Amino acid sequence: MNNPTALPISIRGLTKKYGDLNALNSVDLEIKSSEFLTLLGPSGSGKTTLLMAIAGFNRPDAGSIKFGDAEMVLTPPHKRDVGMVFQSYALFPHMTVSENIGFPLKLRGLAAKEARGRVDEALATVQLSGLGDRAIDQLSGGQRQRVALARAFVFRPRILLMDEPLSALDKKLREHMQIELKQIHRQLGVTTVYVTHDQREALTMSDRIAVINHGELAQVDTPEAIYNRPKDQFVADFIGESTMLSLTRGGDGRLSFGSEIISSSSPNPSVLKWSLVVRPERLHLLERDVNTSEKQVVFRGHVKEYVFQGETGFALIALNDMTILSVRFGTGARSRIRLLELGALVSIGLMREDIILIPEEGQM
Amino acid sequence: MPVSPDIERSMLNGQELKSQKKREEWVLLGLSLPAIFVIALVVILPVGWLFYLSFVDGHGSFSLEHYQKMVEYKSYARVFIATFKVSALTTLICIVLGYPIAYFLAALPSRWSGIFMLAVLLPFWTSLLVRTYAWLVLLQRKGLLNDLAIQIGLWDSPVKLVHNMTGTLIGMAHIMLPFLVLPLYGAMKKIEPDMMQAASNLGASPVRAFGSIYLPLSISGLAAGSLIVFVLCLGFYVTPAVLGGGRVVMVATQITAILEHQFNWGAASALGVVLLLATVLVLYLAGRFFKFDTALFGKR
Ligand SMILES: Nc1ncnc2c1ncn2[C@@H]1O[C@H](COP(=O)(O)OP(=O)(O)OP(=O)(O)O)[C@@H](O)[C@H]1O
Ligand SMILES: [Mg+2]
Repeated sequence: MNNPTALPISIRGLTKKYGDLNALNSVDLEIKSSEFLTLLGPSGSGKTTLLMAIAGFNRPDAGSIKFGDAEMVLTPPHKRDVGMVFQSYALFPHMTVSENIGFPLKLRGLAAKEARGRVDEALATVQLSGLGDRAIDQLSGGQRQRVALARAFVFRPRILLMDEPLSALDKKLREHMQIELKQIHRQLGVTTVYVTHDQREALTMSDRIAVINHGELAQVDTPEAIYNRPKDQFVADFIGESTMLSLTRGGDGRLSFGSEIISSSSPNPSVLKWSLVVRPERLHLLERDVNTSEKQVVFRGHVKEYVFQGETGFALIALNDMTILSVRFGTGARSRIRLLELGALVSIGLMREDIILIPEEGQM
Repeated sequence: MPVSPDIERSMLNGQELKSQKKREEWVLLGLSLPAIFVIALVVILPVGWLFYLSFVDGHGSFSLEHYQKMVEYKSYARVFIATFKVSALTTLICIVLGYPIAYFLAALPSRWSGIFMLAVLLPFWTSLLVRTYAWLVLLQRKGLLNDLAIQIGLWDSPVKLVHNMTGTLIGMAHIMLPFLVLPLYGAMKKIEPDMMQAASNLGASPVRAFGSIYLPLSISGLAAGSLIVFVLCLGFYVTPAVLGGGRVVMVATQITAILEHQFNWGAASALGVVLLLATVLVLYLAGRFFKFDTALFGKR
């Protein structure tokens, strides 16, 4: 649903220094109204710093943060009207569930009766109806998380911020809450900035993902584009599993790995060195040894190792002394790869559509 | 007959584990015996003895004479009222001075709060008597404070700052302040910084956030500290005796007076017993309003 009161966020040149450290280095980011955007990056990359700057809890050294057309960078946090779910939930321990959720309404001077209605409505949205009178320390982790969420959206903020809200939950509950958060977002249609360092969570939930590293945005794209067309080695490495194969460049510009031609021309002639990003699940075992063709590239190697991981597993295939490819396979009865003996010679195919080329690090 | 394997398994090492637990309990008891012994010797015995004395008249027979006098003579009531008044005022002054100090300490990064905490604790390590007489020197007619005030023109002639209620309150507040600051600081330290951030994020102005979040979350520490100060004040002797100059008569100073002038152990004991009961009553009433164990020792 598109929420007419949702606001776009426009961030330009945002810089935040801690001493010598550039926690944010001139970040530009346009977040559309009603969008669910995820900030994804390794620990210490600046995700929280960026979120806190949007909420107004840290003062950047330079830059502009606009909600719609309004410049916010000088506005104190209590006047920004953004909802925020803290990583620690930050629920008030001396208030009941209802009082916690009703707190922002009370501050906005809502009549008690209307406030009660809104609180009940919010409780229903997060499926906690009937728990309003509980004390906070009588709630489970998942319930607390939902109270924090309800408190963040009950006053109908135009922007919702969440800092790793699910990191304290176990895997099952986390996956359940991911779906629920997504549904709630669809229902409310509020512009949402979500922080996580869990790539699967980011891929599951987001309209777009902003990959951040060392205080700079590496790539901002849809989950599919981020996964299928990573821009650089960091993004390719950080999102999903991958093996990087260094390619050699022929005189005519064609890129090859060993004797196999990967691409007849370089995607960008000014870049000299390219890597092939191979996703383990995009590889398939060939029944017969065939040659590289229009349709697919073929690698040959020996099975070195199997690792069983439940629904899938992977096999390590040594192409030569230096290079090992990881191939993901299903673990069902039809999976032939797991029947191969260690040391067996196999042919592995990669469809041409699945080829991902990125410039090698340290150029451009 | 062989025992069924299931039962055998459920009893595996049962005896040994049980006796190990018993042994540890005995060791614990053994370790606390010296403390129990000391407490019995220096607290329970003397208090019991005083309790007994308060019910004995001059001829050594049982009587309620001392308690009757307390009810009959107005002067006793005045002493108790003065005691509660001084204690309440001291507590109030400590709250007004101590809350900002504790807040400041809790807000500092731990590197600095350690140093400032030292400043709060330093007086603790100086003798009570020394500190009290130091105030006497500072506050007297020709003392540092009067000189200074006259020099900068705050007042023209020396003001009487000591040997009265003012001096007593100044001295007592100074001595009691750490007892208020410490538990309050503990409670404030436990307030996560994101509490105030959350409040402000939800739309609370700084004043509002303080009133509806910070104050309620620190109130248990404030109550605990106030109670400690108040109760300590009730039985305080040195400072009112020295700085009060005989004009501030509290229960403790009255007890000394009775002993010095009349050598009446029974009357003195009776006063002590009533003060003790009053103190216990205060603690009991306060305990009904606040859960002090959690305030002082953290969540269980
Ligand atoms: N108050 C601060 N003082 C000094 N340095 C800070 C401060 N806050 C953050 N930093 C530094 O800024 C960088 C970015 O921190 P930030 O908290 O934004 O990381 P993050 O991406 O949220 O990491 P995580 O996933 O671990 O939460 C880190 O290197 C961190 O050490
Ligand atoms: Mg963080």
